[in-house]
Formats: sequence, structure tokens, C-alpha cells
Amino acid sequence: MLEVTGVTKRFGGLTAVAEASLEARSGEITALIGPNGAGKTTLFGIVAGFIPADRGSVRFAGEEIRGVPPHRLARRGLVRTFQIVQPFAGLSVRENIAVGCQLRQASRSAALAEAEDVARRVGMAELIDRPVGALTIAGRKRLELARALATRPRLLLLDEVMAGLNPREIAEMVPLIRAIRDSGVTLLLTEHVMQAVMSLAERVYVLNDGRIIAEGRPAEIVTDARVIEAYLGHGAAERLRGRLAFGAARA
Amino acid sequence: MLAFQILLPAILNGLATGAVYALVALGLTLIYGVLHIVNFAHGSLLMLALYGVYFLYTLLGIDPYLALPVLVPAMFALGYALQRTVIAKASHGREENILLVTLGLSIVIDNLALYLWSADTRTINPSYAFETVDFGVAFIAVPKAVSFAGALVITGLLWLLIHRTDLGTAIRALARERQGAELVGIDVDHIYAVSFGIGIACLGAAACLLLPSYYAHPGVGESFVVIAFTIVVLGGMGSFAGALVGGFVIGLTESLGGLFLGENLGKIGVFAIFIAILLFRPTGLFGQRA
Amino acid sequence: MKTPGLLAAAVVLALAPLPLLVHSDFWLHFAIMTLYFGLLGQAWNLLGGYGGQRSFGHAAFFGTGAYATAVLQLDLGVNPWICLVLAGIFGAAVGALVGALSFRYGLRGSYFALVTLAFAEVFRIVADSVPFTGAGVGLQIPLRQAAANFQFHEKAGFYAVILALTAIATALAWWIEHSRFGADLVAVRENEDAARALGIDVNRTKLWAMVLSGGLSGFAGSFYTQYFLYLDPRIAYGVEVSVTALLVPLIGGLGTVLGPLMGAVTLRGLNEVSGIVTGGAPGLNLMLYGALLIVILAFLPEGLVGLGPRLRRARLAGRFRHA
Repeated sequence: MLEVTGVTKRFGGLTAVAEASLEARSGEITALIGPNGAGKTTLFGIVAGFIPADRGSVRFAGEEIRGVPPHRLARRGLVRTFQIVQPFAGLSVRENIAVGCQLRQASRSAALAEAEDVARRVGMAELIDRPVGALTIAGRKRLELARALATRPRLLLLDEVMAGLNPREIAEMVPLIRAIRDSGVTLLLTEHVMQAVMSLAERVYVLNDGRIIAEGRPAEIVTDARVIEAYLGHGAAERLRGRLAFGAARA
Repeated sequence: MLAFQILLPAILNGLATGAVYALVALGLTLIYGVLHIVNFAHGSLLMLALYGVYFLYTLLGIDPYLALPVLVPAMFALGYALQRTVIAKASHGREENILLVTLGLSIVIDNLALYLWSADTRTINPSYAFETVDFGVAFIAVPKAVSFAGALVITGLLWLLIHRTDLGTAIRALARERQGAELVGIDVDHIYAVSFGIGIACLGAAACLLLPSYYAHPGVGESFVVIAFTIVVLGGMGSFAGALVGGFVIGLTESLGGLFLGENLGKIGVFAIFIAILLFRPTGLFGQRA
Repeated sequence: MKTPGLLAAAVVLALAPLPLLVHSDFWLHFAIMTLYFGLLGQAWNLLGGYGGQRSFGHAAFFGTGAYATAVLQLDLGVNPWICLVLAGIFGAAVGALVGALSFRYGLRGSYFALVTLAFAEVFRIVADSVPFTGAGVGLQIPLRQAAANFQFHEKAGFYAVILALTAIATALAWWIEHSRFGADLVAVRENEDAARALGIDVNRTKLWAMVLSGGLSGFAGSFYTQYFLYLDPRIAYGVEVSVTALLVPLIGGLGTVLGPLMGAVTLRGLNEVSGIVTGGAPGLNLMLYGALLIVILAFLPEGLVGLGPRLRRARLAGRFRHA
């Protein structure tokens, strides 16, 4: 569904993303991980149309979408959430979600009504008429999700949706995301919370210093030496292996 | 092409005016750079300072240039007080409201002046007002020459203040990274007010340099505000060098524009530049991302 | 909190029979000016309150409508009623122009405020310089009182017109509160990036808000010309109109239907009081506006509309303290 090929982006002297390529297959959950500063947010921004790429191609459902503005991408079914949640302040949960519904609903009243269904899908039905200011961070993350879902996306880009959640909230969010995938939405997520990535992703790409350094199934990449070094530093893979061997020898 | 004898004085005058404009703009860009406030009241406060110099001269006989040590601290105090009390309090720190507060201030100050001092144009006539300095190829009026030199000196002093003193370091730290500055113990509210005060003190200096060749009138604020903003936007919000270069560019534009196109159209010229910069290059020639 | 349509309609309807009850010219003038402020305030509120784009140069749209009305009837003999319609169109067109330039280049917040201010000033300088606007001297509309000529012998006539215009503006505000477009506009105000990500064409939404706002301002300008029969660059494009336009909704409550109306009554009332107290000294009126702006921002940023909830909150807080 999504094919990113050779995308490069430079900010002045800094190369944020270099020749990055990834693929999000239809109906799958694909994850993009990497240490801080790796360029995940930039790549996300490029795919979602917020940042122009210097080079490369982004194809969504077979069509090149580089240069297409975000609001038109949303219309085509590509929607993103934001890492730092951005609710519409001063409005209720229903009104927030309804903005998303409005993309597909002709009338405002229909949008407001549908908002309730969407809220139910993410488990926020009881909060539907509360002001967003009253929501906890977990609530706001759900709202962010609900708003995006309301637009009936084909591809949903989740930007660190687990950030700021405690373990219990994460445990609640994981099945929710799986349910979204099961309903037919393709997902691309960037994440720092490894347990979420491991349990959700069918395919993982690892970004470091703007380059994709590994891709594969979660179990594969977690033992990949390059990935370990990206997170833990040069030589870490060796040391870990050495220690594991040593530990096994002692046992 | 116009005769050299007409062009050169126009250029010299433009540079002289430009230096004072730069001083005014420096205050504005400092305020923006540190507090991220677009100070709509900048022109009005300059107008107030001009009246200050005027009354010091007419009531106490103090020469405008000698009034510098009086007016600069006075304007600093006024700026400090305004930021600490009115601006910070009324806006509750919200950026969109700060804009409105400074707008409100400018309206209050402009109309208070109109009420207190009427719409008469006030000028002073010190003995040196019509003397000229001979450069060989051209003459330039003494007040203009002094204002040019004075503006450059004060700009230099300001640069030293910002880049070579502890206070300046605190200000620059705060401008770059508010939270970090707070964490290292900088009194944010105080330094904000000090920065604002310095910005307004620049107006005090500019007024002293300006009055001998200019005038005091309640409407002066409005004219200067656009010029100051144009310079700041041209040079880049928050850029010291930008304000300086911008000041000279606008001073020359006004002088040469007035020479070739007449006054009214000259004014539109400045506005046109202003709008064009805002649209096409809002970061200005030197500035960072807005 | 949304304003129920019934309430808004009731307010407007209640005002309708005023000329039948009140015969004093003074009070009718007060009512007319209040509604005129209300119209201007509703216009600004569409863009600045609901849309969050705070313009400091609404005079650009107002003045264009005013001058269009004057020039078209003086130079081309166009019927003033038609001029009213055209004034709205011209105001909307200027709104579209300023909006297209500003939003195309991504101007927001302070930069947007500055650019609108600059445009208004450019218009003022141009009007001050060109002959067909009468330059600095201004334009005088000859007195020819007849309903067909959009001049009325009795103030009641003007009252009816301004009430109708303000009612339209208020209805538009109510529509914004309940329509898709309005929801998009508010989303844009709160968070442009999020709105974009959800499929809202942010620039187009803002542009339409400017068109509507400019059009209504044009109507206000046209009314002014017909009511006062005199216009000059300072009146048309000066800072006073721009400040009035933003002060009215600010006092009453940004982004509400009735806010501009409440703000209009308050500002007009203060105008009268200050006129009596100060004897109409030059500059005092505007000074009051400036001071009021600061005071409202300091103590009542949600406007009068927010006064009720604010008092309630204060009382609740007090109750807990005593418990």
C-alpha cells in the first residue's frame, strides 16, 4: 500500500533522512523504529505530506504522492496522528472526532452522530461529551486515534502513539491497534516502546542516522547486531554476545 | 542621472537618518529576539521620548545631546515598568494577547499625547541646528552628522552590552532557551523586563539624536512604527546586524525615494517593501525561522 | 458553548420594534450606532473570533466598501442601494486579495496582523493621494433624502437597514457555529496541522472566512457613508475603525454569536459616557478604547459572555475554601 523509495531530506548541513526505503503492506502493521534523532519524525512528516523530500519517491496505493498536500492525502485515505497530541481545545470529544467524520459525511449532524460510534470503537464512549481539557494523556492519545479513524483511512500513520502512557495504558492500547488493523486499515507506526512494537508489528524497519539499517520480523531485528549497536553503541553487540556466551558457559 | 551635488547629500542624509532608524529598529529587534513580542507600542514610545527631549530643552534648557544621560535611563525605567506590570500581566503570557496589549498601549500613548499636547508640531532650534559640516564634496547639517555618529556609537555600546557583559549573556541565554535559562537560575521575569527596558532605552537615545533635525508630534509614533517594523522584518526579526543594515537600506530608500518620487509615494514605497518582505522572505535577510 | 438559534433570533426580533417605542433622535442614533458597531464586530469576529486570524487592518475592507458606495454614486450615478450590494462585493474581494496573499505565504499570528495593518495603511495613503477619492479632502454625498436613495428623513429608516444588516451578520455567525464550514474554521483556529491532517483545506477555509468578513465589513462601510454622508481617508481606512472592529468582539466575547452585540452596546455606552465626562476632547475617545483593550485582556479575556461562568467559578472556589 505504501512504498517509500530512496527518500532523502537535508536541513541545511544536516542530512535527516538518507536514501530511506520502506514498504507498508496492505492490511499489515509495519513499524519504524530507531534511536532518538534517527530521523523517524522527519520520514513520517515526508510520507504524510508535511515535509517536502529532496529526493526519492513515495507511492501510496500505486500513485506517487510526493508534493500532495496533507489535506488531500487525507481525502485519499492517508492520515497521520501526532506524537505531541493536538486536540482542538475548547471543544468536546464529540466535536473533535466529528471534524474527522466531516471528511466523509455531508452533514454536520451526521458527523456529530457518527462521532459517537467512533468513540465507542476506541473505548471512549462515556467521555463523548466531555471537554478535551478534562482528558488524561491516555484519553488524548485515544482521541487522536479516534479523530484519525473518523476519516476512514486506508493507511494510518501513528506517530509514537504509546509515548507517555503507563504500562497498563499501553496494554490497553495494543489490542485497540490490533483491532484497527483487523478492521482493514494498514498501519505504519513509529515507536519507542519496544513491547508494543514486538507484539504488534509484522514488519519492522530500523532507522539510524537517517538510514534504514535493518528490516525484518521483530524477532529478527532484535538480535540484529547493527540494530543493537545503533541503540547501545559501537561494540555493544560483541560485548552482549560475549557476556551471553560467558553466562552460558558458567551455567 | 541627477547631478552628483544633489545625489550625494541625499545619500549622506539617507545614511544619517538610517543610522537613527537602525537604533530604533535595534530596540525593536532586541525585544522581539528575547521576548518574542512584536511591540506595537514602539513608535508611540519613541514619540513620548521625543516629547521628553523637547520639554527638557524648553523647560529646563537641557541640550538634546546632553539629555542622553537623563532620557536613556528614564526610558529604560519606563520600559522595565511597562513590561513588568502592564504587558506581562495583561497578556497572561499568551502571545496572541501580547500583540493586542501593545496595540492598546500604542493607542493610549498616542492619544494621551494628542490630548495633553495637542496636534501642534513642536520643534526646537538649538544654535547649531543650521550649521553644516563640510566634507569637501558635500555639506551635511550638524545635527545629522552628530546623529549619525551618535547612533553608531550607541549601537556599538549596545553590542558590547549584549556580547561582553554578564547581563548580556543572561539575555542571550534567555532568548535562545527559556527553560534552560530558568534552570540555571536566571530570573526570567526580571531579565525579560530588563530586555524590554533596554529596547525602550534605545528609543530614548534615538529621540535625543533625532529631535534637533526632526520634530515632536503625536502622530510621529504611527510613522515610525512602520519604518521600524519594515527594517526589522527586512533585516530579520532578532538580528542585530540585520537591524543595522536594514536601517541604512530604508534610510537610503526613503531619502532617494523622496528625491525621485515625492513624499507620499515614498511612504507607499516603504509599505510596499514591508508587505513584499512579509510575503516573500519573512525571515528577512539575516534572520532565523520565524 | 453554542448559542441556541432561538435566543439569537429573539434578541434580534426584540430589537425590531424599537423605533415604534422610542422617538427621541438621540436614542435612535445610539441604537443605530450600536448596531453598526455590532455589524463591524460580527464581521471581525468571523475571521478573528471563530477563525483565530486576528486582523489589525479591517479598515481595508470597511473603507473600500465606504469609498465604493461614495464614488459609484457620485461619479457613475449608481443607485445607493446597489452600491450597498457592490460594497459588500468589493469588501469581499479585498478580503480575498489580502487573504490569498497572506495565507499563500503562510502568514500567521503577528505577521498576519502586521500585514493587514500594512494593507490598510497603504489603502489610506492611496486614498489620500488620488483624485477620485477626493484625496485628503474627502467626499461629500449630497443630501437627497428619499428611501429609494438610501437616505432617510427619519432615523427609523436607517435603523431598519442597520438592524437588517446586523441580523444577517448575526445569522451568519450562528450558521458558522452550527455548520461544517464553521467546524472546519474552528479546527483551523485551534490547530492548523491537526486540521490539515484530517482533510481540511486550511488555506481555503481561512480564505472564505476573509471573504465573508470582508463582505460584511464592506456593508458596514457602505452604511456609514449613507448615514454620515461624508468620508475621508482617515475615517475610511484609519486605525479607529480597525481597532473598533476588534475591540467590540473582544469585549463581548470572541467566537460567540452574541458577543459582538454585547460588546457593541458596552463600547457605545462607554463612548457616550466618556463624551459627556470629557467634553469631547480630541484623542480621549480612542485613548479610552486603548485602555479598555488592555483592561479587558487583563481581567476579562473571554469577554462579557464569559462573565457569568467566571463569577460562577469564583463562587464555587469560594465555597470550597469555606468548607
